[in-house]
Amino acid sequence: MSRSFTLTIDRIKCDGRGLCAELLPELIRLDEWGYPIIASGAIPEHLLPLAQRAVDDCPVLALALRRADRKQ
Amino acid sequence: MTRLLATADDRLPLPRVDGRIIDAIHQSGLVGRGGAGFPTAIKWRAVADRSRGNAVIVVNGAEGEPRSEKDRLLMTTRPHLMLDGAFIAARVLKARRILLYIGERHESARQSMLRALGQRDEPERALVSFAAAPARYVAGAEMAAIHFLNEGIATPTTTPPYPFERGVDGVPTLVQNVETLARVALIARGTPADTALITLAGAVRQPGVVEVPSGTTLGEALRLGGGATESPRAVLVGGYFGSWMEPRVAWPAALDRDLRLGCGVIGVLPASRCPVCETAGIMRYLASESSAQCGPCFFGLRALADASSRIAEHGSSADDLRRLQRWATEVRGRGACKHPDGAVTFLASALTVFANEFAQHEAHEAREVQLSA
Amino acid sequence: MSNSLLWYSTRGAGAVTLILLSAVVVLGILSTQRVQSQSWPRFLTTGLHRNLALMTLVFLALHIVTAVVDPFTNLGWGAALIPFTSYYRTFWLGLGVICFELLLAIVLTSLVRGFLGHRAWRAVHWLTYAAWPVGVLHGVGTGTDTWSAWMLAITAGCVAAVGVAIVMRLTGGSSDPLATPRSTFRTAVDRREPQ
Repeated sequence: MSRSFTLTIDRIKCDGRGLCAELLPELIRLDEWGYPIIASGAIPEHLLPLAQRAVDDCPVLALALRRADRKQ
Repeated sequence: MTRLLATADDRLPLPRVDGRIIDAIHQSGLVGRGGAGFPTAIKWRAVADRSRGNAVIVVNGAEGEPRSEKDRLLMTTRPHLMLDGAFIAARVLKARRILLYIGERHESARQSMLRALGQRDEPERALVSFAAAPARYVAGAEMAAIHFLNEGIATPTTTPPYPFERGVDGVPTLVQNVETLARVALIARGTPADTALITLAGAVRQPGVVEVPSGTTLGEALRLGGGATESPRAVLVGGYFGSWMEPRVAWPAALDRDLRLGCGVIGVLPASRCPVCETAGIMRYLASESSAQCGPCFFGLRALADASSRIAEHGSSADDLRRLQRWATEVRGRGACKHPDGAVTFLASALTVFANEFAQHEAHEAREVQLSA
Repeated sequence: MSNSLLWYSTRGAGAVTLILLSAVVVLGILSTQRVQSQSWPRFLTTGLHRNLALMTLVFLALHIVTAVVDPFTNLGWGAALIPFTSYYRTFWLGLGVICFELLLAIVLTSLVRGFLGHRAWRAVHWLTYAAWPVGVLHGVGTGTDTWSAWMLAITAGCVAAVGVAIVMRLTGGSSDPLATPRSTFRTAVDRREPQ
């Protein structure tokens, strides 16, 4: 029984550095001002390691992985 | 019939209340009157569950919506009713502080609240302090109010944490609009006001605040304001975060049941005004009121405002219309607060109701926009 | 172990450390300038910066250990860990110890960045601008072959590279596109209380 995760982003911390979109183009693309548009929904399991890397590499720690079943 | 707006602010003893008032609020179906329309009972319950005798009540009298006047009027004419609501909240939610967050330009409202507070007993007076809300659109938003009270800057912050978990001074906080609190006070007295409180603006003979019984239609409410000054093209229901509606749909709609009143501003656009220019003007205002903390909001709303203005000043173009649609979809939900969402909702309603005007707009002399600030 | 081998190892590892550290600083500055191209994505700058930083520590460790165990130098572990306690070129060697400890703090905080939070991490990371020049001075003052052609070239090259990068940083302005509008707005909604 695998847990599913979603990507959450702190929109105030994010200042459009773009590393996340480079690392996870399957789920993240940049709008024309350089800010990420993140696909909603659970992260496919094969992309979880890349998602974790995107979270770790974000220069301003704006990204986080959240368990999808946790009530907000 | 009990009304919020009364000629005299009758001072009744504060009703003895306990947690059961939250059930009464729930029964009444009361929702927040600041604009978001969140169910009041749920908010109170969330704070009550977490308060350990240290909660904070923020009375939100910022009223940053440019055309809204109802909150100011309530504070000026029924300060004791508002204070009653605040003290009831403090008792039920076990709060130690009440902060009156009043718009810095609403001088008579503040004077009125100050005077009324001076007439209360010492234990009540000791709970209350004042704060001047900056006169900007987002300053009245819940998170901005808390940020201002904590750190002196009225910009929204990210959630979580939510106010009912950690708000002012890190404790469970209730941020409640002044009208909502006044209604709670009336509920506690057993005499709820079965009314809607709205501000009429735009092409109305007597613009201003009007209180109507529940079930009143928008058309009837406008008649109370002297009716439209000329044939209306559309009406903006809910202020700048509201939606445009066609008169034939809006006039027969019951204010409190069929419409999302939001902050309660009803703006009538006359047929003589250009809806495209009007929309562009309001978009420019909303773009300039972005707190510039989130790229999608700041750049997205600016792009939307620029494209709308281009259509308004130079005529329609398929490119600009396409851009408007695209950016509107992209910007939604990508800010830390609801500012971009509100602006996009407003624009989407304009593109629907004024579809023909937007598609066929030709440049004409910029007319003085009536509804935008 | 042959004395010469240890001695050469210390000097060699020191030189490599200087080169790596300079590269790390340049890469760090480049990452703030949002440098990127088709073949050089931004995560490459970040990834190289991180990997080279770890490699720097490896060579730094080699440099320190070979220096201490070398019977010729008479350095104890104390002198290597407590600044300005060595008999040999006390001041210049002490600078090296300071550089080492600053780098340790910077790398350790980076490893736990997630727990530390961005602001605290960033505050410590600024110490890079102290660690690098201190390391360069240590090399110049402690090295016995500072004025050899090789070392001169290496030192000059590193200083030039970092110097250029710093100038880029200073003239590049804020890399945050919202810096100006945000501060304008904040001033408008600021309580402006007399402090």
